[in-house]
Amino acid sequence: MMDTATLFGLCAAALVGLGLYAFIVNPQPLRKIIAFNVIGSGVFVLVGAVAYRGGAAGWGGDPVPQALLITGLVVAFCASALAIALLQRLAREAESVTLASDAPAAPPATPE
Amino acid sequence: MNLADLFTVAAVCAGAFFFLAGSVGLLRFPDALTRLHALTKADNLGLGLVVLGLLPRVDGVLGGLKLVVIWLLALLASAAASQLIARAVKRSEPGA
Amino acid sequence: MSEALNAGLALFVLALAAWMVVARDTFAAVVGFVAYGLLLTLVWVQLHGVDVALTEGAIGGGLTGAMLVAAAARLRRTEAAARAERPGWPTRAAAALLAGGVTAALAVAVLALPVPAPSLAPETAANMGATGVGNPITGVLLAFRAVDTLLETTVVLLALIGVWSLAPDRVWGGRPGPRHRADPNETLAYLARVLPPIGLVVGVYIFWVGADLPGGKFQGASIIAAMWLLAVMAGLSDAPPISRGWLRLALVGGPLVFIAIGAAGVATAGAFLAYPDGLAKLLIKAIEWALLPSLALTLALILAGVPERPAR
Repeated sequence: MMDTATLFGLCAAALVGLGLYAFIVNPQPLRKIIAFNVIGSGVFVLVGAVAYRGGAAGWGGDPVPQALLITGLVVAFCASALAIALLQRLAREAESVTLASDAPAAPPATPE
Repeated sequence: MNLADLFTVAAVCAGAFFFLAGSVGLLRFPDALTRLHALTKADNLGLGLVVLGLLPRVDGVLGGLKLVVIWLLALLASAAASQLIARAVKRSEPGA
Repeated sequence: MSEALNAGLALFVLALAAWMVVARDTFAAVVGFVAYGLLLTLVWVQLHGVDVALTEGAIGGGLTGAMLVAAAARLRRTEAAARAERPGWPTRAAAALLAGGVTAALAVAVLALPVPAPSLAPETAANMGATGVGNPITGVLLAFRAVDTLLETTVVLLALIGVWSLAPDRVWGGRPGPRHRADPNETLAYLARVLPPIGLVVGVYIFWVGADLPGGKFQGASIIAAMWLLAVMAGLSDAPPISRGWLRLALVGGPLVFIAIGAAGVATAGAFLAYPDGLAKLLIKAIEWALLPSLALTLALILAGVPERPAR
């Protein structure tokens, strides 16, 4: 049987792959933001597995990478928030949220 | 295995059974309102039994109080959430 | 036994992630993401990162999930058109190949991790005494890597400025989000009256124990922010116009105290963000107390979103 770090490390590798696939294939921008978060969580779990292996001095995990993970989670939240705000502004201005380069031009925005 | 352990095993198993029943209800019941019924009844009772089963194992009164507070908060949240979902269902399909 | 549980947990996480990829409806994928966040908290507990688990539950699953739910509901009418742009099979095959390659490379790296594992835990343990706090994560965040934490709070603030700057000119300085109105006798209003006092106590408690046990300011601030958002959503309170002076001051107050204490370290201890001997715990607590309200307000306003209504 695999040890915990290897198990969740491999799980993290698969999460990054799944997220990357979804990031490319799903056309909806909101789905891409979710996929970006799945990739991010895969990277975090990978670092978490490394931190788990570094457990010593009476602690179950190495506190330095764990502290970095907390910082990473907060920064990922900030990036998602900004991306969602951009997306909603795009939806309001253009009535559609396509990322396709050959999409029909958006109707001119009504003057406010 | 002493009496407290026996109690824990029995209560947690009963709680797990209610979780299972609730999940089966969630998957098998025909519409949103009956699914809510399955979830709230079974999960609240399930979580309550799990908490009850874990109470003899905590060290100190504070830990036990925390467990009970978690159960009460879950009760409050699930009751309010199912009310809101039921209202949304009613609004979206006036016939229901 | 616990190995089997771990394997089941990992499979469950992977299945949910796969489901998020293939789900047709974006809203369903969002709901999947919230459940995924909750499962990840269990993964963090199994990886002995209880602090990370709390952050994942509060921010990764909680706040990000709430934000995604709101966005999915608002973007629903664009859904059908965007779905039609699904790429053809050559792109999908290439994407699968790329994703498989990345996974394989990462898996090889995981299997080849060095033994014994490099660790900074012994050095952290040896120096924890200097910080005066008992939770190693708090020690690392506010003493050994305090510059990271300062930059992190700055990033949160910058994200808020970025969100605000997307406001149309006409409502610049106005109130974020729609004005929620709910029946004062309705369940949501009841919940918004009962829960915030409890949530405030829980949030401050999680912040308070962060010095010695798992917990901390980001987790506590997320809970407090969620309580305020609940009151806003129930129509009991309204988001303030973003042009208010007190609001701006409250937002930058925490980071400014952090920078001031850091700058004082240059004079008293010889380096930016160095603490004089014996005062470390006091200064760390001062920084945390200053950061908590600023962070709670910043997180709440990020979730409240882009200003949409004039201040009047």
